[in-house]
Amino acid sequence: MSCKEEQPLLEGYFDGELDLVRNVEVEAHLQECGACSAEYQGLQELRSVLGSGSLYLKAPAGLQRRVQDAIRGEAPTVRPSWLSGWWTPLRWASVAASLVLVALVTWNVAPRFSPRSPDETLAREIVDSHVRSLMPNHLIDVPSSDQHTVKPWFNGKVDFSPPVVDLQDQGFHLVGGRLDYLGGKPVAALIYQRRQHLINLFVWPSPEDANSTQASNSQQGYHVIHWVKSKMTYWAVSDLNTKELGDFITALQKQLP
Amino acid sequence: MDEASARFEQMFLPHLDAAHNLARWLTRNGHDAEDLVQESYLRAFRFFGGFKGGDSRSWLLTIVRNTCYSWLQRNRRQELETPFDEEMHTSDPQAFSPEKPLLANADGQMLQQALEELPVTFREILVLRELEGLSYKEIADIAGMPIGTVMSGLARARKRLRENLLNAMKKES
Repeated sequence: MSCKEEQPLLEGYFDGELDLVRNVEVEAHLQECGACSAEYQGLQELRSVLGSGSLYLKAPAGLQRRVQDAIRGEAPTVRPSWLSGWWTPLRWASVAASLVLVALVTWNVAPRFSPRSPDETLAREIVDSHVRSLMPNHLIDVPSSDQHTVKPWFNGKVDFSPPVVDLQDQGFHLVGGRLDYLGGKPVAALIYQRRQHLINLFVWPSPEDANSTQASNSQQGYHVIHWVKSKMTYWAVSDLNTKELGDFITALQKQLP
Repeated sequence: MDEASARFEQMFLPHLDAAHNLARWLTRNGHDAEDLVQESYLRAFRFFGGFKGGDSRSWLLTIVRNTCYSWLQRNRRQELETPFDEEMHTSDPQAFSPEKPLLANADGQMLQQALEELPVTFREILVLRELEGLSYKEIADIAGMPIGTVMSGLARARKRLRENLLNAMKKES
């Protein structure tokens, strides 16, 4: 592999966007090519500067209120009056026609859809809970970057002790913990941050003995990954890209019991 | 509050920072960005019936992006017409020499300025990738360009940003 071939792929490799085969190729090339590996380091350097936080321009206070007022002030859409005369019978006819169509389609197709699996339902609940947590004042019950403050806080609130690990060195900052309610039971939620992205890690005891490998899923732009380890169920959810969320989980797994 | 606006708010208000960040970088002006975010949310609300589920953040950001581009067309036409030709800007030989200054020494203001100086297309994909952490596919959907263009655009945008930064640091020292 020559630099000419690898150069355009370097960007994709850096962003974690290449398929496995090309990923391996670029990796091998970086091992032996000084120029490309210097360029790769340059990309990393640039990213760490960009990620320092000062560039993300959050919405100023008051904008949320303004947006909400605008939405709530919006009257339900009114049909223009010129449509109401001759158009009405036609409209009813088309409504009737589409009802027939819907009935046909439903009758034909519906039985083929299998019901949602329990994991899918739970994933949906997890994403909802994550979204709720992002609304003002919902995120944290115990704000602390200290694992030894967060862990004991759960005493007496849940009937298990969630493992709380420090991932500061890997670039994921512990922001705090929260008591949440999922699948009909109270669970522990640990919140980590990477740049402007928050990760909710939900933890509760697993009824199963066996460890399970990771399963992932994405919904509404959020990535959800879950696994079972040492009789604990873990669900991580974030809008962070899959590569970095993967890094988070790898780092986490190393320290978990 | 009726059910539709409640559902809409629950789904889209969590993306307010993302919407503002994008609008702010595209317009480079706080006041206009706020107006455009409000306008985008209203448009999103009107189109809400057409939202078929899926990625709510990308859906909203697409509307923010289009609203901002219409605004740029009306108010900053020139900016959109500037071709983003990489040859326009000869690369700085200093950029890859071993004595280059450390980017880590750039301060916040320098960074802000270096990013603002980029052509709007470059700024857009860099903000979506580096600040919002979106995938190539998501960026391609939002900006309405092929994935390959996102990748090559990012390469050029990063190169140019780096040069802007190094030039600013050279001037400083």
